[in-house]
Amino acid sequence: METLLEVRGLKKYFPTKGGLLQAVGGVDFSVKKGETLGIVGESGCGKSTTGRAVCRLVEPTAGEVIFEGEDILAYPKSKMREFRKHMQFIFQDPFASLDPRMSISDIIAEPFDIFRMYKSEREERVLELMRVVGLSRKLVNSFPHELDGGRRQRVGVARALALDPKFIVCDEPVSALDVSIQAQILNLIQDLQDKLGLTYIFISHDLSVVKHISDRVAVMYLGKIVEITDSKTIFQQPEHPYTQALLSAIPIPRYGEKRERIILEGDVPSPIDPPPGCIFASRCKHVMPKCREKAPALTETASGHSTACYLVHDVSEEEE
Amino acid sequence: MASALLQIQDLKVEYHTEDGIVTAVDNLSLDLNKGETLGLVGETGAGKTTSALAVMRLVPAPPGKVISGRVLFDGQDLSTLKAEEMRLIRGNRISMIFQDPMTSLNPVMTVGRQIEEAVELHQKMDNKTAKARAGEMLKLVGIPAARAADYPHEFSGGMRQRVGIAMALSCNPELLIADEPTTALDVTIQAQVLELMKRLRTEFGTSMIIITHDLGIVAEACDKVAIMYAGAVVEYGTVESVFNRPLHPYTRGLFGSIPNIAEDVERLTPIPGLMPDPTDLPYGCRFHPRCPMAREICSTQTPAISTPEDGRTVACMIYEGLVPGYDTEEKA
Ligand SMILES: Nc1ncnc2c1ncn2[C@@H]1O[C@H](COP(=O)(O)OP(=O)(O)OP(=O)(O)O)[C@@H](O)[C@H]1O
Ligand SMILES: Nc1ncnc2c1ncn2[C@@H]1O[C@H](COP(=O)(O)OP(=O)(O)OP(=O)(O)O)[C@@H](O)[C@H]1O
Ligand SMILES: [Mg+2]
Ligand SMILES: [Mg+2]
Repeated sequence: METLLEVRGLKKYFPTKGGLLQAVGGVDFSVKKGETLGIVGESGCGKSTTGRAVCRLVEPTAGEVIFEGEDILAYPKSKMREFRKHMQFIFQDPFASLDPRMSISDIIAEPFDIFRMYKSEREERVLELMRVVGLSRKLVNSFPHELDGGRRQRVGVARALALDPKFIVCDEPVSALDVSIQAQILNLIQDLQDKLGLTYIFISHDLSVVKHISDRVAVMYLGKIVEITDSKTIFQQPEHPYTQALLSAIPIPRYGEKRERIILEGDVPSPIDPPPGCIFASRCKHVMPKCREKAPALTETASGHSTACYLVHDVSEEEE
Repeated sequence: MASALLQIQDLKVEYHTEDGIVTAVDNLSLDLNKGETLGLVGETGAGKTTSALAVMRLVPAPPGKVISGRVLFDGQDLSTLKAEEMRLIRGNRISMIFQDPMTSLNPVMTVGRQIEEAVELHQKMDNKTAKARAGEMLKLVGIPAARAADYPHEFSGGMRQRVGIAMALSCNPELLIADEPTTALDVTIQAQVLELMKRLRTEFGTSMIIITHDLGIVAEACDKVAIMYAGAVVEYGTVESVFNRPLHPYTRGLFGSIPNIAEDVERLTPIPGLMPDPTDLPYGCRFHPRCPMAREICSTQTPAISTPEDGRTVACMIYEGLVPGYDTEEKA
């Protein structure tokens, strides 16, 4: 399969009162055409910021985002505006992401604003998109607060599809929804991929959802990718201690069944002035002296499986 | 029951909108004992948040309107309290973690200051102690104390949710209502938060209602569970009995639609169909248009509440013997 997107050394720092906050501290990954890359990790570890930086919804501090062979970070504003239609974003929060004063049809049609289009054509497109995502045409003049979370998220999906994108970042599109609606939206996202050949980055903190929808999974911790491999392997042979702790914490929806849980001790370091060495060291029960000195590099340990941990290889970021 | 801390009796709440009257909660009755944790589960629009808001007397009016029913807290009918008295109860004896964290956060005040205000106000602490307490609360939900100086927009979605949790827990309430408290959190932080809530229970005997769509959380953190559909409770019982022997066809459907880490399924099997139009609820059993077991009678008659086992209720005509049920073997 062809590579659609290649991200290299991507960083995003925010200036804050306490100092420079390293939300994304240098990540590398690629996504093939038609593939879904899941991104999981602790709340606040930089998943949304990574997704936003890839789409240039926030300006990255450093790095390259190569889309079909071209570095889009080098595009001037005007070219970026034109290019933007290929990359869309579905937001985390169906409650906050839709403008409450706009009708459903205006929200879905908003991306058309930069193009000249007849009113009738625009209306036709909106109804077509509503049909594709399974929204009743009765709702065309409704407002977001009149819809439940599942329907609101369908509106978000319809808007993202409006300009026929090749690539969509889905930022926790189902987290706020209950399981039965979750299943409907996940099925919709999968069907659209099959039908339209879409490529996704799918951000979620819910591992069972990510497992269900992704071909490969990247695990993030405090602004870095600590492990990346195909979605079967990450669940069966997780290598990084953080991935192992994460998997062990999933609650089981059955009575009385409990996993042997790896409890993470220690404080989460601040992303302002993160400690030298491995970012997970302060909470890792396998920690060795060198972990606190030099950060391990994300290194391939088996075909298609990369991990940043001295337990599985001996390469530091500096040596790499 | 003598030890009931909270009793909701025949609660009915409507929203009067342009499109008609939405019956958000209808005939809801629930008891919560001291020290008990109840999971309130149900599809979006089932009326979970509205029920919680009704307990807090925070249903937005208009368009909302409590039509009938009573809420007794520690034996006292909350509707008879003056607004001022109710305000004292809220945040002190009953606190709520809101579904949308921005409801409880002020966008132009630092996160730390907001927690300080909450504890100063309700626990009469001086500012220095409050400051220390705020930092400690942040750390308990996994946020470095140094970030107290930041504003909500500088936090990630899950971090904002954790600030709401820190605020609600900071005043050791007798009753905590947590509305989808961990939807934006990963499992390690979620485990940390659930652990924190458990500690509140053992140390202070706090009673809790956890509103969630995650059956894993219910299995892990709750004693009792109530399944809501279209404004009413359709099934209630201990977590053990409901999880091991779900009775209502809706509950059974819910268990079928969870993605399971242990199994590989190509497609999830959601419950067919959508929630009914809340301004035009179906007659008879409200679940019948989506129910695989439905018979003619389900569209003409409202199911009564059956008590198939002690401490267990279900609103389905299978258990009144009016509709053929599941294979006996499966039911047992
Ligand atoms: N402010 C409002 N105005 C009009 N209708 C409302 C309002 N708030 C809620 N409703 C309606 O009342 C019904 C119950 O809503 P409620 O928010 O209580 O459900 P919920 O079970 O909490 O759902 P969710 O899982 O999506 O949070 C829904 O049909 C909803 O659309
Ligand atoms: N606009 C901003 N200004 C300052 N800091 C920010 C800003 N946006 C995000 N951050 C910080 O960057 C870090 C990463 O945030 P991000 O939203 O990417 O996390 P996330 O992995 O998506 O978390 P969640 O699972 O909770 O959504 C956090 O420490 C957050 O506080
Ligand atoms: Mg996020
Ligand atoms: Mg709700």
